[in-house]
Amino acid sequence: MSASQWALAVSVFLACAVEAVEALTIVLAVGTTRDWRSALYGAGLGALTLALLVAALGPAVDHLPLGFLRIVVGGLLLVFGLQWLRKAILRAAGLKALHDEERAFERESALARSEARPGPGPVDVYSLVIALKAVLLEGLEVAFIVVTFGANQHRLGLAAAAAAAAILVVLAAGFAVRAPLARVPENALKFVVGVLLSSFGAFWSAEGAGARWPGGDAALLVLIPALAVLSLASAEWLRRGSKRLSEAEGAS
Amino acid sequence: MRRAVEAVWEFVVGDDWVTAVGVVVAVALTAALQGAGVSAWWVMPLAVLGLLAQYLLRSRRS
Repeated sequence: MSASQWALAVSVFLACAVEAVEALTIVLAVGTTRDWRSALYGAGLGALTLALLVAALGPAVDHLPLGFLRIVVGGLLLVFGLQWLRKAILRAAGLKALHDEERAFERESALARSEARPGPGPVDVYSLVIALKAVLLEGLEVAFIVVTFGANQHRLGLAAAAAAAAILVVLAAGFAVRAPLARVPENALKFVVGVLLSSFGAFWSAEGAGARWPGGDAALLVLIPALAVLSLASAEWLRRGSKRLSEAEGAS
Repeated sequence: MRRAVEAVWEFVVGDDWVTAVGVVVAVALTAALQGAGVSAWWVMPLAVLGLLAQYLLRSRRS
C-alpha cells in the first residue's frame, strides 16, 4: 500500500473507532437497563442503513469529475476536520470537558430507566429507536468520510474495510468487557483524525481549485506533521494561559 | 423541510459558521489566483492556520 492509502485507512479506522465507541456506550446503556434484543435490532438496523448509504453514494460520488469532487469533498473534509481538531485542542488544554463514556453510560441508563417499561410484545420500541438513532447519528459522519476518502482515491473498498475493521475491534472489546470503553483515549484519537482530515481537506480542495503542490503528494508529508505540531503547541499554549488565569484568580 | 435543512446545517457547519465561510472563501481565492496565473497552493494552509487560530482565540476569551 502507498503512503496515501495508509493514511486513508488510518483516518477512516480511527474516525470510525471513535464514533463506534460512542454508539456502543448508548447501545450498552439501553441493552443492560431495558432489552438487549431490541437494542441489538436497533443497532443492526442503524448499521444496515449506513452500509446501504455508503453502497448507494459511493459509486455515485465515484462518477463525479475529479476536480469538482476534490473541491467539494476537500472543503467538507476540511470543515469536519477543523471541527474535530479544535474541540480536541480545547479538551487537551482543559478548556472543554473530556468525553466521559462512564458518565454518558450512566446518563443514558438513567434516561432508559425513567421511560415507561415495555408492554407485552416482541420488541421494546424505546430501546430499538435509541440504539438505531445512536448508530445512525454517530455513523453518519464516518459514512461521509468513508465515501469521500474512498472516492477521492478510488479506494472505496479499502475505506469500507477500514471502517468495518474498526467496528469489529470496538464490538469485540465491548463484548469482552461488557461495559463502556472508558479507557479508550478518545481525545487523542479525535486529535489525530482532526489533523488528518484537515490536512487532506486542505490538500484536495487546493488541488480541486487548480493549485499544484510543491512536491505533489509528498506535500502531505509536510502538511500533516506541521499541523500536528502546531495543534499540540496551541493546546499547550492554551493550557498554560488557563493555568495562569486560575492562579491569578486564586491569588486575588 | 425546515428541520431537514437545520439538520444538514448542524451536520456541516456545526457551532462555527466562520470556519465554513472561511473554507469557501479560501477555495474561491485559490481558484481566482490560479486563474490569474499565480501559484496559490499556500492559500489553504494559511486559511487552516487562520481559521483554527480565530476559533481558539475566541474560545480562550469566552
